[in-house]
Amino acid sequence: MDNNVTTSEKITKWLLIGISVLFLAVMLLLPLLTVITEALRSGWKVYAAAVTDEYTIKALLLTVKATLFAVIFNTIFGIFAAWALTKFQFRGKKLLTTLIDLPVTISPVIAGLIFLLVFGRQSPVYFFLLKFGIKVVFSVPGIIIATVFVTFPFISRELIPVLEAEGTDEEEAAALMGAGGWTIFWKITFPHIKWALLYGIVLCTARAMGEFGAVSVLSGHLRGKTNTLPLHVEILFNEFQYVPAFAVSSLLVIMAIIILVIRSVIEYKGKKEA
Amino acid sequence: MKKRNKPVIPGFGLSMGITISILSLVVLIPLASLVIYTAKLSFKDFIETITRARVLASFYTSFVAAFAAAVINGIMGTILAWVLVKYEFPGKRLMDGMIELPFALPTAVAGIALTSLTSDTGLVGSFFAGFGIKIAYTRIGITVAMIFVGIPFVVRSVQPVLEKMDNSCSEAAGVLGAKKSTIFWKVIFPELKPAIFAGTGLAFGRCLGEYGSIVFIAGNKPYYTEITPLIIMSELQEFDYSSATAIALVMLAVSFFILFLNNVIQQRNARILKGGNA
Repeated sequence: MDNNVTTSEKITKWLLIGISVLFLAVMLLLPLLTVITEALRSGWKVYAAAVTDEYTIKALLLTVKATLFAVIFNTIFGIFAAWALTKFQFRGKKLLTTLIDLPVTISPVIAGLIFLLVFGRQSPVYFFLLKFGIKVVFSVPGIIIATVFVTFPFISRELIPVLEAEGTDEEEAAALMGAGGWTIFWKITFPHIKWALLYGIVLCTARAMGEFGAVSVLSGHLRGKTNTLPLHVEILFNEFQYVPAFAVSSLLVIMAIIILVIRSVIEYKGKKEA
Repeated sequence: MKKRNKPVIPGFGLSMGITISILSLVVLIPLASLVIYTAKLSFKDFIETITRARVLASFYTSFVAAFAAAVINGIMGTILAWVLVKYEFPGKRLMDGMIELPFALPTAVAGIALTSLTSDTGLVGSFFAGFGIKIAYTRIGITVAMIFVGIPFVVRSVQPVLEKMDNSCSEAAGVLGAKKSTIFWKVIFPELKPAIFAGTGLAFGRCLGEYGSIVFIAGNKPYYTEITPLIIMSELQEFDYSSATAIALVMLAVSFFILFLNNVIQQRNARILKGGNA
């Protein structure tokens, strides 16, 4: 900022950077390294065995399934919600925004609990579902619903500020010139929200694949059936199978790092285009 | 700014319809079920459940640990945001990307990693054990996990405000001869305050409800390191849905209160952000 940087300013600068680096190294980097070293503690063979274990693969597939579903569902919702909330004026807008954001402020355990109450044995819905042979609680649909719930506002949240900043002039002009809704969306709105949408999808993926509390309530912990990767980690860890637990965790660490890298790239590209 | 006339842009009915129906199905009806279920409980049972000694102890543990974590996150988050915005140094982009790690890393993984790191045999744990401080399986451990979970909230809340802050005031103060520390506390900090509180509030709320990373490090001793979400979880495992619901309601009330406070702060925050932008 200034040309004449004093020594005391320099000291402050490097002191603050030092504190930051130390904090991040101990709080964020060390846990990551711990996962890797613990996973490889007994060598590559044990690691490979743990990672390619039948139950690990099944848990991985379930995690991918639930994540995919949550991302698709919330993307569709997010686009419609962002459109409704930013292109029109109506009463109760604030309330609607708050309600959409609600799921992230609720403890994951409570999120699990409410779906237990909706679909569980004591609910009127239960008998209805039973007739059609649909099981939600302690089975895969429950896990998917819980994942959708905890990531619910992730896409709309990224889209709304972008659309709000952009305003409605371009869309109004297009509509006055006779363009239909879909044309307006694909030709005018979509190019604006492209990066924000991708960003939201990345965040949604991150949260969905790691969700633990809500899924834990609804899963029933059946190995190979209703076990997601994070739940599989818990089971292994509680059985004192530390090396396999960390080996499975390392898969999630790799996924997390990939997500972080993609996130940075998107943010960089989005800024460059803006 | 915007006209009150009939909207020209098509799709209001469709987008609104889809938004409201999905919102109702995924969020509103399930939440309503909680209210309906609560209505079945008698008031006496409700009070009795939430004032059980073990439940009260869990409120205390959750609250104290989340508060301690929020204070540390408030301070560290502000320092991190400051460093990331105001200074240039090698590795800055990497550091910026790392802040998001707690969002991206599944909480269960963070939980077991922190536990093995801070237990007596772990790298950090053995260091502190030398001073007679135990981290894992104590309330300190819970706080550590909460710091991990909460730190991005504060950084990401303070960072944009710092970036968009108008420098003219602090420069004017500098020209008028104010000391750097005076400038920070009298000029910059008052503008940052809403963002710091908003971020800290979000982190606090998240920490109160956090489950995955804490169950491993806490050790879950009743009356000592049992957090409230864990109590709900164990009630559910015993199929005692009424107790679980009663305790959940208290937690929900607290988190809505935090959300409300945050909204008030954020509205003031938005004004600062807009002012800096225009």
